[in-house]
Amino acid sequence: MDLEVIWFFLLGILLAGYALLDGFDLGVGILHPFVRDDRDRRVLLNSIGPFWDGNEVWLVTFGGAMFAAFPEVYATVFSGLYTALMLLLCALIFRAISLELRSKLDQPGWRSFWDWAFALGSGVATLLFGVAVGNAMTGLPVKEVNGHIEYVGTFFNLLGPYQLLVGVFTLAMFALHGNLYLCLKTDGELHQRVRGWTAKTFTFFLVTYLAVTVYTLAKIGHALDNFKKHPTAWIIAVICALAVMNIPRSLAKNRPGAAFLSSSAAIVLLNALLGLTLWPNLVISSIDPMFNLHIYNAASSPKTLKIMLTIALLGMPLVLAYTSAIYWIFRGKVQVDKMTY
Amino acid sequence: MELDVYMLSRLQFALTIMFHYLFPPLTIGLSWLMVIMEGMHLKTGDREYEAIARFWTELFAVVFAMGVATGIVMEFQFGTNWATYSRYVGDVFGSPLAAEGIFAFFLESSFLAVLVFGWDRVSARMHFFSTCMVSFGAMLSSIWIVVANSWQQTPAGFVVNETLGRAEITSFRAMVFNPSTVHRVMHVWLGAGILGAFFVLSISSYYLLHGRHTRMARKMFKVALAVGTFMSLAALGSGHLQAKNVGATQPAKLAAFEGLYKTPAEGEGAPLYLFGLPNDETESVDFGFAVPGGLSFLMYESFKTPVTGLDQFPREDWPPVNLSFQAYHMMLTVGVFFIGITLLACFFWWRGTVFDQRWLLWVFVFAVIGPFIGNEAGWCAAEIGRQPWIVYGLLRTGEAFSPAVSAGQVVFSIGMFLALYTFMFLVWIFIMSKKIQKGPELREAASGAHSGALNGADKSEEG
Repeated sequence: MDLEVIWFFLLGILLAGYALLDGFDLGVGILHPFVRDDRDRRVLLNSIGPFWDGNEVWLVTFGGAMFAAFPEVYATVFSGLYTALMLLLCALIFRAISLELRSKLDQPGWRSFWDWAFALGSGVATLLFGVAVGNAMTGLPVKEVNGHIEYVGTFFNLLGPYQLLVGVFTLAMFALHGNLYLCLKTDGELHQRVRGWTAKTFTFFLVTYLAVTVYTLAKIGHALDNFKKHPTAWIIAVICALAVMNIPRSLAKNRPGAAFLSSSAAIVLLNALLGLTLWPNLVISSIDPMFNLHIYNAASSPKTLKIMLTIALLGMPLVLAYTSAIYWIFRGKVQVDKMTY
Repeated sequence: MELDVYMLSRLQFALTIMFHYLFPPLTIGLSWLMVIMEGMHLKTGDREYEAIARFWTELFAVVFAMGVATGIVMEFQFGTNWATYSRYVGDVFGSPLAAEGIFAFFLESSFLAVLVFGWDRVSARMHFFSTCMVSFGAMLSSIWIVVANSWQQTPAGFVVNETLGRAEITSFRAMVFNPSTVHRVMHVWLGAGILGAFFVLSISSYYLLHGRHTRMARKMFKVALAVGTFMSLAALGSGHLQAKNVGATQPAKLAAFEGLYKTPAEGEGAPLYLFGLPNDETESVDFGFAVPGGLSFLMYESFKTPVTGLDQFPREDWPPVNLSFQAYHMMLTVGVFFIGITLLACFFWWRGTVFDQRWLLWVFVFAVIGPFIGNEAGWCAAEIGRQPWIVYGLLRTGEAFSPAVSAGQVVFSIGMFLALYTFMFLVWIFIMSKKIQKGPELREAASGAHSGALNGADKSEEG
């Protein structure tokens, strides 16, 4: 297999890992304003306390790997989406420090400020990720300028109806994912309440999921190209739908663990569908397909891709080992008397 | 100076990197002291060391969070503001960044969770192991990022692919171990160690002066003083070696550091300015005080060997001389101060009167500003001295910015970062001082998982 192909897959794995893991802690952030009591809010923060930072490393590594493996894509997309990325950074910074600082001072004004910073940071970051995926699906106004593919649109070009819809869908998806995570991490009265939300978050998710599906099939012409060439790829879409349907089924059987695994599977499969839509492109030009950035015209040299593969093969087992160790050490419900945040 | 996308992007990079760099060296330095203090707890079973370790872990977590929050900006910024650079160097420069993520960030963030949330979840040994791993992760992270930056200073292990207009890697080993990596990693670590030590010295001195947590403060003070003295002396040696290396690999940079406009004639040495004001017009140093032949002696152990001056380079290849000179001399000045003050404190420690020297403790309360300045000035010297190159001798900074970005966009983001970082800085100071006011707390003897590891726990109250 070509190294370029391998790196397309590895980037997909990093992105899916990020969405799956940071997805639930962003989701907890989105749901944060819906609990009012200070102690309950602390339970929410502490449920993700040991994990969120490690989860975000998946994004950082995704960025670094894209820089190393496909520098043309990294340069074109990051400079083209300048304003959106600055807003994303602002949201991520607020989110990170609000988690760390919120409970350091026992003062209602202080805490409510950081509560909102945390919720808004999580919500805005999620929305922007979704809008970015929407833009990846529709393609970006990029064309050749002085020998390189450059973004020639504005910030508002990124905010079309389809892109915004995918943004709202991502919000719904992470809210549901975070909701299911909280079902696993809380107990007592709070657990009952959190459990009660799942009907709403699932409905919100289902409605936007169907809307995005219909809109994509109807309006995004090139989205189906690869599925026409390889009809077996439809299996992924079908399994994804089955995973989604398994969420209410598991909840009805009172198996929140299975529901969380189903939403995790759905997130990973949706990432796979994104990859299938793009393949072999990384950036689709909405101006002319001749300006597409694909795995061959955007990649680093084979030597670099090989070095990076060695780094990935050495590093990934370690990453999986630490990650599973942490999730094992901090398994089970949040212990209220031993909260840090 | 016109404020176009290029200058604005430089301004933003300077702002964001300087703010970011307040935190990672403190993380590294503090992590070493935490390893020592938690190790002392395991070894002696002294509960005061446990209280100290917990106290520093809390402060560490806040510092770490600031480092993470401001660090992600740096990784994005190569692409957002320096797209041409990213395209040109991605093949070489990208892999250390990716390696930093895979090898360092995952390690750090996972074990930090144990550090902060795990006191009652894991054994004392496992907690100590996690502290060591966080420290190790922070060091790995600094290695990879300094590798990347050192490649910009002294590029190696690559060829330029003219067709694609980019640098491509030929030897990963040569890229990683480029001529300046090892010197610079050492110097960054020593700077971090000094900062960590002075940070602990400052807070312990504050407690000692106010008669609070006296016994614990004395313990912290001694550990930090020992570390600080060693690091300050080692930084002098490391700095000397590194300056020689700069002279060999980036002569224009060294000439700017030292304000050496003219290469001395054969048989004449180059002077070493202790201070001064380099003047590009007259090509001389105004208001300066120099040791004749001093620079030649430091470089070549001979007062009479010429050192390459700026006159050997076309003017468009000169770094900003005055800025480089002042940043470099600022670093040297605080470096000498660290050695003086720590040796003096060691002298009083040896005499057994260090805790009676209230004036000295007051100096230590404020001396922590010194290493912050030293670390920032050192980086400024390294980065300004590299100009006008973004990759030394290969790509000019002026050609490396993002063509797709407008000046207005960068003005917006600079405004955003200014507001955000000012706010973060104030909140950080506020929360740190709250925590410091509260101080370490000695806990009851039976504290779950920890009591098992203790032998002969010392329950005595502090004096």
